[in-house]
Amino acid sequence: MSEVLLEVQQVTKRFGGFQALSEVSLTIHAGERFGLIGPNGSGKTTLINCISGVLRPDAGRIRFRGLDITAWPAHRRTRLGLVRTFQIPRPFMSMTVLQNLAVPLEYAAGHADAGAQAWRLLEQLRLADKAHLRPAELTQIDLRKLELARAVAARPVLLMADEVMAGLSSGEVDEVLAILFALNAQGIAIVMIEHIMRAVMRFSERIAVLDAGVRIAEGTPEEIASNRDVEAAYLGV
Amino acid sequence: MRVLRPLAAVVAAVLLAYLLTTVVHNRYYYFAAYVVLQYVVLATAWNILGGYTGYVNFGTAAFFALGAYTAVVLLKTWKAALLVMVVAGGAVAGLLGLGIGYLTLRLKGVYFSIATLALAVVLQTLIMNWDYVGGATGYYAIRPRTVPLFDDYVAFLFVVMVLLAALSLSVAWAIEHSRLGRGLAAIRDNEEAAECLGVPTLRLKLLATTLSGALMGMAGAPFPYFITYIEPASAFNLDYAVNSLAMPMIGGTASWLGPLVGAVLLGTAQQVATVTISSELNLLIVGVVLVAFVILAPEGLLGLVRRRQQRRPA
Amino acid sequence: MVSVNLLLNAVVAGLLVGGFYAAVTLGISVTFGLLEVVNIAHPVFVILGAYFVYAANATLGLDPLLTGALLTPLFFGLGVGVYRLYYACFERKGEEALRGLVFFFGLLFIVEVLLLLRYGVDYRLVEAPYLGKTITLGSVGIAYRLLIPCLVGVGLTLALYFFLSKTYYGRAIQGVAQDSLALRLMGVNPVTVKAIAFGLGVATASLAGALLILIGPVEPSLGREYIGRAFAIAVLGGLGSIGGTLVAAFLLGVAESLTATLYGPSWALAVSFGALLLVLALRPSGLFGR
Repeated sequence: MSEVLLEVQQVTKRFGGFQALSEVSLTIHAGERFGLIGPNGSGKTTLINCISGVLRPDAGRIRFRGLDITAWPAHRRTRLGLVRTFQIPRPFMSMTVLQNLAVPLEYAAGHADAGAQAWRLLEQLRLADKAHLRPAELTQIDLRKLELARAVAARPVLLMADEVMAGLSSGEVDEVLAILFALNAQGIAIVMIEHIMRAVMRFSERIAVLDAGVRIAEGTPEEIASNRDVEAAYLGV
Repeated sequence: MRVLRPLAAVVAAVLLAYLLTTVVHNRYYYFAAYVVLQYVVLATAWNILGGYTGYVNFGTAAFFALGAYTAVVLLKTWKAALLVMVVAGGAVAGLLGLGIGYLTLRLKGVYFSIATLALAVVLQTLIMNWDYVGGATGYYAIRPRTVPLFDDYVAFLFVVMVLLAALSLSVAWAIEHSRLGRGLAAIRDNEEAAECLGVPTLRLKLLATTLSGALMGMAGAPFPYFITYIEPASAFNLDYAVNSLAMPMIGGTASWLGPLVGAVLLGTAQQVATVTISSELNLLIVGVVLVAFVILAPEGLLGLVRRRQQRRPA
Repeated sequence: MVSVNLLLNAVVAGLLVGGFYAAVTLGISVTFGLLEVVNIAHPVFVILGAYFVYAANATLGLDPLLTGALLTPLFFGLGVGVYRLYYACFERKGEEALRGLVFFFGLLFIVEVLLLLRYGVDYRLVEAPYLGKTITLGSVGIAYRLLIPCLVGVGLTLALYFFLSKTYYGRAIQGVAQDSLALRLMGVNPVTVKAIAFGLGVATASLAGALLILIGPVEPSLGREYIGRAFAIAVLGGLGSIGGTLVAAFLLGVAESLTATLYGPSWALAVSFGALLLVLALRPSGLFGR
């Protein structure tokens, strides 16, 4: 297997008396397509927040590209190529779509020619005709695509896509899925956090399952589909 | 050449102001213009943090007065030149901005605002108990009798304030047209998203508080010479805090032009009104206009104008 | 050397003033702590209450505390009105951060200038038969002027504490900050609950104003001193915690009083500010925060 990109080692996170994550470990390799699933409240987004630096874990270590980034601020992780999207899109409301992309291009990717790069991205995600609109004028699917485009503009080595397809129609899911496949083909490793099983199963090479803050299973989509514990977690048996 | 344009504008403004002083000799105009220009600096400085970055500073008076009292110390101890006073006043107030920012900016923005509110009260108490700078009774700053190239010291102060106003506006303009401006706007729109897209939010916020505080301190440094008798109550006047945020709010916070428009309109109106009606009533009007604008026209006058222009061409 | 006696007197005076500080801070603990509305205008509402009390005392000879209590419904209404306006103009649109702050600052400024126009910059005070009396316990003198505000302040705090923790509406107010969806499912409109809570917060200002003018003379800009102090106490006590507010108010009162005794009264103000900065820098969830 190819080189190890991200190592999450026994990460624990508590909110007051609530144990959101208990010693969760994960390993993700370069160029991999990884699925992260689990019922609502199982700790998926908390894990992403810990990995991206939005939250500081109470215990455990996080290594990325061989560096211990556990105590790094989020922007430095992003600059190292560890980029995430937000479940509910968080566009910069006062900026146009194009200007939204300029932020990561200038600050994370360090592009000398941010303008051309932004247009190339907009073409790839079929947003070019909306370049001069503001987020308030965009549809749901376009907001999701903007969220993705902005993350890709930060030049990720590993992209964590947090429920980018939630609430989209079946055709739109296929469109976003195609975009993610294309990004992966460019060499970007992708962690997909998703509820839409059809999409995760089709996309992922490996899947990890979280339940109540514990990683209860990991394997290929076929293994996960036939795993008893996973079935129990989802059906609440 | 992006640096050259604002630099040329600053030089041109100062030259023009100097030429004016050789023609107009009525001192009243210079007094009035000085006050308006001082508000241009304060409003522009406030807007760098408030308008661009989204962090509300209620302590303009503290930064302004710190600049003024730094000047008093330099004047009393070393009989320093005005230019030295301006630079030092800016440096000290900038450091205060950095310190307050460092202590509070890692938290939610409101804590910064609350801290700045309390800051003015505390700093005023400290100055009132510091006898060296005159304490509660105040200090007489005697203007130098002559200044090269000028017949009148007040005209000289006016040109200095033109320089500071032009400088502040250039700084604001330069920020708006740079990567820094986009970073600050990203912080204002969504700080967490900005951080996750590679913007070093804490560093940029500290830069903005330092810069904003420094400009306010620079505006305060010539104040002892302007007023000649400086006391805490006048240097820490709440009017500075109210005006410096009302002016950008009324003009528009999105660009450098907004604080300028707001300061010139509101500042001039107040200069006229102080002569015709009582100064308290005058302040009441500022307060009411501020609240009215915040509720009814959150984008300020410039926003209203822009909206009208957008509606027309259709 | 500072005598033990002097220190003891300073501690007692600090505790007494602390009880009053709690009364001033309660409104902020509710509006800022529980509702997360940055109501920096609260101290000026306290001053407004003090002036109403002054006017009733000077013209009708009414007892300050009685006036303060009688005015609470009026201030409740004022609070509900201010919140409705704030909600309609800012919170609903999600613009509360910048413009909401400026809105409250504008309110603060307008009320202060109105008081200035009506009453001028002179200090105003009230008269009541019990003011000026002192009881002495050993070597410690306790002035009624401080004792009564302290007792009323503590009483008000306890009343609010029991209201919030024991009654249906109180629990709804505590819930609204954490989970407005759950409230909506229970058929309660969160905006109404917030308006009531805000009204309650402002209502405490009329009583706190009466206490303020019992302790000493009042002038229009006095409220500014209380902004830093009250927010320091609210944050120190753990935002939204009424019990924490009381403890923090006593702590700050004693710290200020000791500072005033040891270093002079002018340094007392710096204490609250220093406390605020320290708490924000070191432990933003407050001493007793969750």
